[in-house]
Amino acid sequence: MTGTTDSPAEPVIVLEQLVKFFGRFAALRDISDRFAAGRLYVVLGDNGAGKSTLLRVVAGLMEPSQGSVTLLGTRKLREVAHRVGYMGHAPLLYDELSGMENLRYFAGLYGLHNDSVGSNAMQMVGLDPELLRRVGQYSQGMRQRLSLARAVLHDPDLILLDEPFSNVDVHSARAMAAVLGHVRDNGKTIVVVTHQAALIEGVADDFVHMSAGQIVRREAVLRRAVTTNSGAEAVR
Amino acid sequence: MKQLFIAFIVLTLGLLAYSTYQALYVAPTEQTMGDVQRIFYYHVPSAWTAGVCFLVNFLASVVYLWKRNTASDALAAASAEVGMTFCTIVLITGPIWARPVWGIWWTWDARLTTTLVLWLIYVSYLMLRRFSAGGQTQVLAAALAIFGFVDVPIVYMSIRWFRTQHPSPVMGGGENSGLDPVMLQAFFWNLLSFTCVGIVLMVLRYRLQRLEENVEAKHAAVALQGGSR
Amino acid sequence: MTTLSVTRATLHKDLRMEWRSKDAINSMLFFALLVVVIFSFAFNPTAEESRSIAGGLVWVAFLFAAVVALNQTWARELRNQVLDAYRVSPAPPNALFVAKALGNFLFVVVLEVLMTPLFVVFYNLRSVGPVWQLVVVALLGTWALVVNGTFFAALSIRTRSREIMLPLLLFPISIPAVLAMVDATTSILTGEASPDFWIKMLAVYDLVFTAVCLLLFESVLNAE
Repeated sequence: MTGTTDSPAEPVIVLEQLVKFFGRFAALRDISDRFAAGRLYVVLGDNGAGKSTLLRVVAGLMEPSQGSVTLLGTRKLREVAHRVGYMGHAPLLYDELSGMENLRYFAGLYGLHNDSVGSNAMQMVGLDPELLRRVGQYSQGMRQRLSLARAVLHDPDLILLDEPFSNVDVHSARAMAAVLGHVRDNGKTIVVVTHQAALIEGVADDFVHMSAGQIVRREAVLRRAVTTNSGAEAVR
Repeated sequence: MKQLFIAFIVLTLGLLAYSTYQALYVAPTEQTMGDVQRIFYYHVPSAWTAGVCFLVNFLASVVYLWKRNTASDALAAASAEVGMTFCTIVLITGPIWARPVWGIWWTWDARLTTTLVLWLIYVSYLMLRRFSAGGQTQVLAAALAIFGFVDVPIVYMSIRWFRTQHPSPVMGGGENSGLDPVMLQAFFWNLLSFTCVGIVLMVLRYRLQRLEENVEAKHAAVALQGGSR
Repeated sequence: MTTLSVTRATLHKDLRMEWRSKDAINSMLFFALLVVVIFSFAFNPTAEESRSIAGGLVWVAFLFAAVVALNQTWARELRNQVLDAYRVSPAPPNALFVAKALGNFLFVVVLEVLMTPLFVVFYNLRSVGPVWQLVVVALLGTWALVVNGTFFAALSIRTRSREIMLPLLLFPISIPAVLAMVDATTSILTGEASPDFWIKMLAVYDLVFTAVCLLLFESVLNAE
């Protein structure tokens, strides 16, 4: 699957003249773009290129300074919160609770009270729902997989992932990438921010390159050792 | 607009000079208290002006939470600072008067305590503005302002129950409460001039805040342009 | 309906986590114990005197101890940035607030239950007025501290030097509540005055500020 198919009519994410300032620093500089349904986007770029900020703004965690975000046809992001999944740079899990306890709680936030929701999500990412160990004692790879399970447990149509592979062993990363590819094949839209493009290249449809707060290039196939400045040198 | 404001400043300065003259030379010396009573011409107008400022702060904060516009936030910041200044004047002039008249510097009476609590609340408000980062300041400060404003009547009621020693309002009351008409006249001149000073300071502080925001916006625009293709 | 279930789930989760780590309750208890001991050195009252000052001592001790607990409330949500997971979910913000406030209320009530015997022993206390009134004052007063404390703790996690910011914001606003608690407690202990006015005032304070907190919490939670 590489991005050759045409996108369906209604884009899932529409960004219009998006600007985000932190004081005088412009983290996002006038981004206008569209992301189509059913595709897996990989957002690449150096540290400080604005990738995480973009994701937080799209997830509704941050108000943009200017411009607007339209998700699934609405600008009122809270109205579609139940259709969006977000995996943060940090694990977004309680260290003192076990995997299932975490997922049970977060499923409850989406009004899902059946235990099978959590256990299915855990199985999907290759974790044992019976595991009683607290998340604080998980390895980094397990923690990130559980974090992915948390982000997708309510079967969202749009999944936003911030550095899902950081400090993750190659085995876990491959497993996570496979899960994402599978989810995408079920018609979901996925945006992955990462600087480890190689780990997800196999299932990605589009590569979006960011540099200095802007989207500078989009391509269907990752070109290695590209001549222009951004993104490419981060590829391992 | 600018000329109008400058004219207003000039008018305020004139008023201030005239009301000071009224307070110090025209108004008669009070029989029992002596000259120290003249502090009343500054004490009460300051309290009034502080009250006006804090009311402006509350209204601006509500509008900010509703509309999220930087102008009302700037007004909230300006009014809080000016209100603090006048509130401080009240808290300093009060004991200066109380010591010779009541024989004590301070008492936990309703109005004194409420003023002190008000002052404490706005100190914490200004500290919050200082200590919070970036784009969050406005929302947090506006929330605290609303808490503070809601708290004031509760403080007043509770201390009133606790005990009260403050002289009851000397105007608009029974037959004994009347001030000498000349004193009253001096008092109203001061009330007017202090209110104008308060307004001038608030407007100046507001403009400074807006200027700072403008500078930030210019820098932001430069940051937005620089390096773009 | 969802508000209720999310509140319950969050409270349940917080209590479970507290039960496992015991961070808040331990530090709070020890802190309050230290305050009691230091106060009894500092004042060393007779039984008669202690009755008239105990109201102040007890509530100052509880106030300080509550701040220790309140600072922990949101610390747990900031670790691993878990708060973000709540914020991206459709769950109502006020459900989170109510759960946190109830959790803190429980912690502080437990603290009060454990500390009161100590006060009674160290200060040789015996109430002249009816004890059930003390319970009413304690419950209303604790909610007054905790509801605003939970809100201001949420506010101060968004600032620099957040631990110190909480008391700076909370204490000025809480002055009338503290006055009411102290005076009501003293009135009951000495039996010299009726605490009715103070109890009513605490009830009004609780209602007003609970409403203000619920009105403003969403803005503060999403201020970023």
